[in-house]
Amino acid sequence: MNLPLKDSEVNAVGHAEELTLIHSALVALRRGDPAAKLQIQGSAPFSKVADVFNDLVEQNVAMAEERGVDTRILQGTTQNDIMKEYLSRGTYIFPPAQSLKLTSDTILFAVRNVPNWNPMNLCSYHLQEAGATPVQEVAYTLSTAIAVLDSVREAGKLTESEIGAVFERLSFFVNAGMRFVEEVCKLRALSLLWERLGRDRYGVTDAKALRLRYGVQVNSLGLTEAQPENNVYRILIEMLGVTLSKNVRARAVQLPAWNEALGLPRPWDQQWSLRCQQVLACETDLLEYPDIFDGSRVIEELTRAIADEAWAEVEEVQRLGGAVACVQSGYIKERLVESNALRIRQIEEGARKVVGVNCYTESERSELLAGGGAGPILTLDPAAEAAQVASVRAWRAARDENAAGQSIEALRRGVARGDNVIPLSIAAAKAGVTTGEWGAALREVLGEFRAPTGVARGATVGGDRTIESVRAKVRALGERLGRNVKVLVGKPGLDGHSNGAEQIALRARDSGFEVVYQGIRSTPAQLAQSAVEEGVHLVGLSVLSGSHNELVPEVMDALRAAGLARVPVVVGGIIPEADARALEARGVARVYTPKDFALGSIMDDLAELVRRAHGLS
Amino acid sequence: MDSADSIEAIAAGVRGGERSAVARALNLVEDRRAESRPLIGSLMVALGAGRPEGHRVGLTGPPGAGKSTLASALASSLRKTGHTVGVLAVDPSSKRSGGALLGDRIRIETRPEDPGLFIRSLATGGELGGLARSVPASVMVLAAAFDRVFVETVGVGQSETEIEHVVDTVVFVVQPGSGDALQFLKAGIMEIPDVIAINKSDLGEAALRAKNELSMVLGSARNAGTVGGTGPDVVMVSAARREGIDDLVAAIERHRSSQRASGALAERRLQGQVEWTLRALARRVGDEGIEREGGWGAVRERLEARIRRGDGTP
Repeated sequence: MNLPLKDSEVNAVGHAEELTLIHSALVALRRGDPAAKLQIQGSAPFSKVADVFNDLVEQNVAMAEERGVDTRILQGTTQNDIMKEYLSRGTYIFPPAQSLKLTSDTILFAVRNVPNWNPMNLCSYHLQEAGATPVQEVAYTLSTAIAVLDSVREAGKLTESEIGAVFERLSFFVNAGMRFVEEVCKLRALSLLWERLGRDRYGVTDAKALRLRYGVQVNSLGLTEAQPENNVYRILIEMLGVTLSKNVRARAVQLPAWNEALGLPRPWDQQWSLRCQQVLACETDLLEYPDIFDGSRVIEELTRAIADEAWAEVEEVQRLGGAVACVQSGYIKERLVESNALRIRQIEEGARKVVGVNCYTESERSELLAGGGAGPILTLDPAAEAAQVASVRAWRAARDENAAGQSIEALRRGVARGDNVIPLSIAAAKAGVTTGEWGAALREVLGEFRAPTGVARGATVGGDRTIESVRAKVRALGERLGRNVKVLVGKPGLDGHSNGAEQIALRARDSGFEVVYQGIRSTPAQLAQSAVEEGVHLVGLSVLSGSHNELVPEVMDALRAAGLARVPVVVGGIIPEADARALEARGVARVYTPKDFALGSIMDDLAELVRRAHGLS
Repeated sequence: MDSADSIEAIAAGVRGGERSAVARALNLVEDRRAESRPLIGSLMVALGAGRPEGHRVGLTGPPGAGKSTLASALASSLRKTGHTVGVLAVDPSSKRSGGALLGDRIRIETRPEDPGLFIRSLATGGELGGLARSVPASVMVLAAAFDRVFVETVGVGQSETEIEHVVDTVVFVVQPGSGDALQFLKAGIMEIPDVIAINKSDLGEAALRAKNELSMVLGSARNAGTVGGTGPDVVMVSAARREGIDDLVAAIERHRSSQRASGALAERRLQGQVEWTLRALARRVGDEGIEREGGWGAVRERLEARIRRGDGTP
């Protein structure tokens, strides 16, 4: 699928942002900033260049070569974990096997030419955001590691010492939630198993090479929109899980901001989070001691339990053909969707307590939220978008078209032959080729892929106590309408965060609706087409990119143009209050935000909206 | 609800392949309310007047065989040669909740600006192991609108024996290495399909093994006289790599023309209509009702005679 770049999503999602970031970094370099100490952390934002266009490796190497700097001194990290894109974030283009080839190309190139670069962050982070339990987080990330290392070893025909060098350069990007004792043990288990994997499967013997290295972003999934000030405590506690145990302490800590369930954080909100780790590092005595958990029976036992269970699941994935096969078959995705459904049900039923959400919900008037206007969040300057678009256009206008065209052609031919993609891409970067052009060329050669959604065969996890009554209502409504109530669940735009939409689709099915799940990355026109062809009674949209103000009205217009003005539309996402009111004024029937955690009552709403839209009593 | 005088307009829109008219017609034929029945009847009559109909192809096979990806590849190949395509993707409903997840649509590539490819998902709606009751009428709507209609069903079992009464060509999609499908064929649980597609032929040796095994099954079926002539075409395809798709299209087209030439097509459609009308009748009057009318055999005979006279709607 070839999606047109959405201007409205520049800055929020997608390629233009990265291009511009990289572009401006390059411009800064051209001005003469010392490339000798160039170090860029490309982990989170840059990973969105799906399928390993590792701009940083390529563009930095291209830049360094242009400036005559030895590439061997470049330092940095590329995320380069495509598996978690299929499983959680949705930013992928090519089929898994083809993507894995690009991943191993990057690793092989980096290990041989840019040895100080971290060519891959194995991302367990996104798996937890998709609902993974600690055991699943460890098991599926290690399964990915095996797929990647095996692929690199085979592609590069590596000797034992060479695969050891690759092993040493791989690092992890993990998540840490509120159950911080468990998180400490999860990391100790990961460290244990990583070492075991290195020794047993890849013959690594050097103790330093076997050490687990990881960066962390603590959990966003558990941050709440209700009483958001409590998130400051949550962030602090989550940080403890990855810092208390010296043996498995994080190398880099990224903390989200207290208001991320409300919208984008402002600079001051980010500073507040940054200070959290600085207070821990500077004011406490934590750093003065060796590992404070060594010898603890509780920690040892829990670590052992997580490690054993996780290893059993690693073996299960191997039995089923490995990580790639399990992504293709949907096995892993289904397990994650199930775990997330269970987590949501526990919150709904109160078995899992969330302060301010399902207990202690009473509150004094909040001073932090009292500002009015758009709320305590960052609002994007519309002019910035135009400036970025103009900057990319200017970049393209200034290059030698002929050279750019030739390097794209060389890229296409080389990749078709199975050559390493990185040198070809470096040549393209030097010729001024953009990410979009690069992606289009590879699409032609490698094809495109739609990952299993994990919901089609997901087991019923059930709902809260309301599910039976909703089912009865939906069934009765279907009788009166003449056919079962049918809903479309879709995600307009480029945002690939599908966890919310998946849970809505799953619960809707379990509540008796017929659910057409459209997956990620649809255009408004595609959603309208599906709504017409499927004859749905209601359309549910999920937008987490912050582009709801543009995308939702576009879908409404497309539905109206298709003659479906009467079909109710509901929207879910991180949508500030003022935006929600504006969307309702444009005809959206309901806006759901993270504080609407009770899926049962959302389902009841949906039935109610369909009933009213058909004028039934 | 659509009024009687708008039926003609809907039918005209369906024959013209208009997306919204096709969707409205499908909404109507899925409608279970008693008061909708006469409208559905008029729509069927109105559409029946608009021959020739599109060729109807069933895509069936075990879960995971890659039917949706294959449907997508077939659709895009046929679109390139100027044929319009309708797809009916049938998924099972949950027995407990009555709900269903209809997830096949996203596996088929569509373009909003191309009205020549239409996809509709349908839940079985709790018909025990079988196709939804509205399937024959839905297929008829799609066949009136598009040149080629694919009906995609999941699983091996009841729905496969039903699908042959709804379509002109049954394509059985097998995945190498799974084995079950071949077992079903061997054991005679499943009818011999018109075309067999071995998908994922990129699996190499496993695909070849599946082909050899299949040849053996078909050979013994020929010896036993349960399959006539040379038996079904067996085509190796890779939906993911878009290999062998033209061969599969050709095999389907061959079956289509030979059926048309021999007159078997008209007879097959008529038998299908008899089967489904009989089922619809049984649903309404029950076993006892059928007994009162002289039993299954007699009722079937009378129905068939009536339909041959051109009197009876599916």
